[in-house]
Order: sequence, then C-alpha cells, then structure tokens
Amino acid sequence: MTEMSYLDGNMLDGPMRELFTVDLSSAMGRCENCGTTGSMASLHVYSNAPGLVARCPSCEEVMVRLVRGPDRAWLDMRGTTYLQVPMPMEQTFPGPL
Amino acid sequence: MGIVSPGFQGRPRTQEPALPPGQYLTEDFPVLSAGPTPRVSLDTWEFVISAENGSEHRWSWQELMALPQETPMVDIHCVTRWSKLGTNWQGVSLDTLLADVDTGAHFALAHSYGGYTTNLPLDDLRGGRAWVVHTFDGAPLPAEHGGPARLLVPHLYFWKSAKWVRGLRLKTMDEPGFWETAGYHDYGDPWREQRYQGD
Repeated sequence: MTEMSYLDGNMLDGPMRELFTVDLSSAMGRCENCGTTGSMASLHVYSNAPGLVARCPSCEEVMVRLVRGPDRAWLDMRGTTYLQVPMPMEQTFPGPL
Repeated sequence: MGIVSPGFQGRPRTQEPALPPGQYLTEDFPVLSAGPTPRVSLDTWEFVISAENGSEHRWSWQELMALPQETPMVDIHCVTRWSKLGTNWQGVSLDTLLADVDTGAHFALAHSYGGYTTNLPLDDLRGGRAWVVHTFDGAPLPAEHGGPARLLVPHLYFWKSAKWVRGLRLKTMDEPGFWETAGYHDYGDPWREQRYQGD
C-alpha cells in the first residue's frame, strides 16, 4: 500500500476551465483558515476521491472543492477568502461614446 | 466445426455477482482520500458519541477492544463506481455502542480525525447494519484505509463509512457532511444509484 499523495494546483486548471474563463494557474488565493496567500498552482490537490479537494500548502485546510457530476458541477470555495486574478490594464482615457 | 463454437456461451448468469447499477467489480482495494492521512496513536485514540442533550459516551482503544466483537463479511460500493464483494472485517456493532445512549435524535454526523464528516440517519446505524471496525482481512486496518478504526455502513455508498472515525454527533436536524455539502446525495443508497443531489 502506498501513502496518499497529492498533485499540485496546476491540475485544477483544466477542470476549472469548464466553469470559468480565467486562467487559474496565474491567480493568487488567500486561505480563509490561516491567511496564507499564494498561487493557486501551489495548492495540494487530492484527486483520488469523489471530487477534487485542494488544500492550503501551509495549514492543509480545504480551500477548494470541485465535484463533477455527469451533467452538473459543484464548486465550494468557502475556504478561499479571495481569488486575485490578473486582468488587462484598464484604459485610463474615456472610451468612445 | 461450426462458425459459432458451442462453448461460446459466456458465464452463466447465475454466477454473475450482484452489483448495484453503474458499478464494476474490483478485486483490489482502491485508496481514496480527500486529504493527508492522519496518524492516530492508540494511546490517545478515542471514540465519542455525543447525544443531542449534551451527554457524552467515550471509549478508549482498550475499552473498544473489550466490547463484544463481530466479524461482518459484506459487499462495499464506492460512488466512484467500484464495488468489492465479500470483504472481511472485525469490529464493534453500533448497536452495542448506542445501547446505553439515551437519545431521541434521528440523525448522526460522523466525524473523523483529520476533519472529515458524513451524515446518516440514526436508524441506518442500528439493526446490525453498521460497525466501528479496526481489522481488515485479519490484520489491523492500515491507516490509508482508515485505521486505527473506521465506520463500516456497507448498505450505503462507501463515503458514508468514514475513515479515521472519532465519533458521532447525534442530531435532531439533519446536517450534511463533507461530500454531502459538495453535491453528493444526502442518503447514498447504491441500489437506487443515489450518487448526486436529486438522484
């Protein structure tokens, strides 16, 4: 028998792309439990489970849960205080009316 | 020799194992886990049943071992679609553990070392259908399969058989657990294929 191991958060990118158009691998997240802020790619993802469970690399609390049913998905981000997502620079001049 | 061999009959139907819908048979024992494997010392291990009136019943490892032991041989069905037939366990019936617990609760929330939870109707833990097991195939239950002790409720999908179980909180209101708050079915009957909410 082998010890359960986890994958890095880069593996969330594909499954999350089914829900969002943002590139999660370049997003930062804050752990609701311990306050650690880091890249979502640094999360520890347990995938040998009924869903994906992504945990904070510092305190191991759950930050993201994603369950994929045949025709539905459930996303629980209670453990993530915020996601910081890179965006295109806002235009500083008025746009066309 | 004919085109169709007379031996080409497949296995007789009567020898097919009875599997719930959507399940396949496995001979090994897959390890599923939603987090790091807790390592629990037998010296500090305890099992606690907390009734809705605040009373608590506690058992140490030695006290659990001193209770009457049963050896259920059961089929188990994981919601990830594997089933394993005729698994051999040893442990203590929940009937024994609940015998002296004064409760009018209808629900239980099982909780585990490591933080996992799962909810069940209290009736499903009674009637010789649920155990706290510590031995699998004659050997101490390995940590990756939930040792030192896990819940065994084989008539429901296996996520209800909480690994590393630490206790039960008895409740008058149903409170969904870890997977039940993430889309999975509240009850989880494999024969009715209750995988997800609304199934």
